[in-house]
Amino acid sequence: MAYVSIADRDHEAEHHDPDTFITKYVWSQDHKVIAIQYGVIAILIGLVGMLLSSAFRLQLGFPDVFSFINPENYYQFVTIHGMIMVIYLLTALFLGGFGNYLIPLQLGARDMVFPFMNMLSVWVYALSVIILVASFFVPGGATGAGWTLYPPHAISPGTPGTDWGIVLMLLSLGVFIVAFTMGGLNYVTTVLQARCKGMTLMRMPLSVWGIFMATILGLLAFPALLVSAIMMLFDKLLGTSFFMPAMIQAGVATDTVGGSPVLFQHLFWFFGHPEVYIVALPAFGLVSDLLSTHARKNIFGYRMMVWAIIAIGGLSFIVWAHHMYVSGMNPYFGFFFATTTLIIAVPTALKVYNWVLTLWQGNIHLRVPMLFAIGFIFTFTHGGLTGLFLGNVTIDLPLSDTYFVVAHFHMVMGVSPVLVVFGAIYHWYPKMTGRMYNETLGKWHFWLTFLGTYSLYLPMHYIGFLGVPRRYFAMGNTDFMPDSAITLNASMTISALIIAATQTLFIYNMIVSLKKGEKSGGNPWKSTSLEWQTPDTPPKHGNWGHSLPEVHRWAYDYSVPGQAEDFTPQTVPESEVPVGRDHGTEH
Amino acid sequence: MSDAATMDGLPDGAKGVVTDYSADKQAFHVPWGKAMMWIFLLSDTFIFSCFLVGYMHVRMAATDPWPNPSEVFGLSLFGTDVPLLLIAIMTFVLITSSGTMALAVNMGYRKNRKATFWLMVVTAVLGATFVGMQAFEWTKLIMEGVRPWQNPFGSAQFGSSFFMITGFHGMHVTAGVIYLLVVANRVRNGFYEKRGGNYEIVEITGLYWHFVDLVWVFIFAFFYLW
Ligand code: HEM
Ligand SMILES: [Cu+2]
Repeated sequence: MAYVSIADRDHEAEHHDPDTFITKYVWSQDHKVIAIQYGVIAILIGLVGMLLSSAFRLQLGFPDVFSFINPENYYQFVTIHGMIMVIYLLTALFLGGFGNYLIPLQLGARDMVFPFMNMLSVWVYALSVIILVASFFVPGGATGAGWTLYPPHAISPGTPGTDWGIVLMLLSLGVFIVAFTMGGLNYVTTVLQARCKGMTLMRMPLSVWGIFMATILGLLAFPALLVSAIMMLFDKLLGTSFFMPAMIQAGVATDTVGGSPVLFQHLFWFFGHPEVYIVALPAFGLVSDLLSTHARKNIFGYRMMVWAIIAIGGLSFIVWAHHMYVSGMNPYFGFFFATTTLIIAVPTALKVYNWVLTLWQGNIHLRVPMLFAIGFIFTFTHGGLTGLFLGNVTIDLPLSDTYFVVAHFHMVMGVSPVLVVFGAIYHWYPKMTGRMYNETLGKWHFWLTFLGTYSLYLPMHYIGFLGVPRRYFAMGNTDFMPDSAITLNASMTISALIIAATQTLFIYNMIVSLKKGEKSGGNPWKSTSLEWQTPDTPPKHGNWGHSLPEVHRWAYDYSVPGQAEDFTPQTVPESEVPVGRDHGTEH
Repeated sequence: MSDAATMDGLPDGAKGVVTDYSADKQAFHVPWGKAMMWIFLLSDTFIFSCFLVGYMHVRMAATDPWPNPSEVFGLSLFGTDVPLLLIAIMTFVLITSSGTMALAVNMGYRKNRKATFWLMVVTAVLGATFVGMQAFEWTKLIMEGVRPWQNPFGSAQFGSSFFMITGFHGMHVTAGVIYLLVVANRVRNGFYEKRGGNYEIVEITGLYWHFVDLVWVFIFAFFYLW
């Protein structure tokens, strides 16, 4: 079995540059182009998701003032908003976008192992987005079942979009899973098999570790969503009763019998909980790299960080039923799942400590990416703490299905990863385009977004504590909603609109800097990891010019005492490290 | 950071394992295609596991009585009722195809292109036979009135899960037959000769094929023997 590892092959032989516009930018097999395609599609659909949220926030803040929102489209907006943000924006952007861009570059590979399938992945993803959007335009409109799509109501008359909306939704998810699998197999295999010389697993930047583990979670968790989607499609289209019990609907018995709605919940959350870490782990990884680079300090406890990522990944498969404490499952399950849920908080907390300790006595540069990274530490800690409340059965029972849950998951899965997305885009923008973004606009973008989200979600915790239930079109004059809650709802809406408007700063900055930004040079942050050492910026097809890089150290040699520079790229061998003055960081 | 220093205190064997998997360039000493197939199959295992766990759950939750498999799947031959006859033959055919596949892999490594080609074709034909017999079984059940949404022998969920899961598996077999034929054709026309005469792809195809067989064993046990 004589074969050569990818890093040892002579690539010049099989290296053809794409030459036409189509092969370069449309049907491109270059991981960097695919990454940007993924990113652009994800951000565009993310903007749609954001507009939907502005629309339903208007209704919540100012009930019945805006006549274009009725109960049906309120539910449709909420549902599609959630679905877009979790799956089509964050999953696609972190794995398809950052995964594609960073894995080969940070590992010293020329491309993904199977570029053709990688290309298919992005176009199949585009198809899934089109199907999703199309569901707004079919008879009955998009589904309004909530992003969790619980049956029976997801497919029973009375819920919006039970004609075609739900079918297209499930179909779109199926197509997305196919796209994800094609990409995901590439990411995992590339990490395992295509690293360059010297790049051991324990020298990989944490970005790659996070994306790698998240992809594994995806490959093992999406099957549950796929299966539940297929079963629900059967229930909807063929009249089977997998999830449909015997029911009386509007006084008439349905002809479904013996199905189990709880089965759906189990399958959904067996996917759904790992999914939250599919979004969180890449964010953990990327933010570690941002913090370390801009604090000019090695990441604190690298090994611990890696093992925490692995432990969280493993544990995330045995906590799913903490979403089902009120579902009527066996109470002993609650005991088990509360325990595992609290255990998973341990490695998570560990990571937070390590981020803070990385900042400790660092030479902190408060540039835009760093601001976002530090913002993430705040919002994530905050959301993690409310998670501990919800993880305990007795505390969760009254809080379940209230705005407290909405506040929890928006802090932890909405705001936090999105802050990292922004930080990471600003951080790698110079590498992707060769130009700098506008720093002032970036700072405005950060502060408005960061303070805006706090003014939106902090009051939401309080409203949740009062017992205001989520997913209600209008609260009416209910006793438990004091006036303060009504006023707060209006103020939260205003914050949400401000945050939404702020994002135009980001879009404007990204587009204008493409042409007008200062030239950045190849390594503006003085970073150590491989992607900053490419011969060209933006890197050309094949990434490394004539020969692959060789790695001599881990990715975090910042401010090593006794060295002339405060960073040593991974490509520099021990013998060539410039020795010189100590540059002032005490250790 | 020295990697060796942190392994002090580990026994030698463990050190070997650690250095193997944390070495540079690659974690497994196999071509990437094979690693990728293994990872795909792991993911696919989760799909089938979810299907089967879903089936178990539905079967326990169903309110109507579950039909007796040996009656439903009985075949009457020359006037006597033989339980599970068809399915026994189907299973036998599929297991045999795994055998021919294994031989094909072996012939591939010996670079015996002709034998590899024919063994793969035989494997594909056996696979197609399996799908054909499955179609026959489906037809028989449908004629007897079993549908995804109804079932004269008892619980409707029996038909639902049977058609769904065997259908999903049947699609895997069909895809496998096509995959086998494509690779077999390339073995025959010398496609891999031009690429350095590497027949690893036969083994990769074989991995998929054995997996589909293995899954069948579980489906068989859960539907026909339980
Ligand atoms: C310290 C760790 C965490 C704990 C203990 C925790 C606990 C919980 C619990 C118990 C619930 C269910 C609440 C209910 O429905 O009554 C929940 C909901 C949720 N959590 Fe967390 N969580 C943690 C971290 C995270 C992370 C890191 C994310 C995502 C990045 C996340 C995303 C979500 C989402 C999306 C939901 C709500 C889903 C829905 O009902 O629509 N959580 N969390
Ligand atoms: Cu969870």
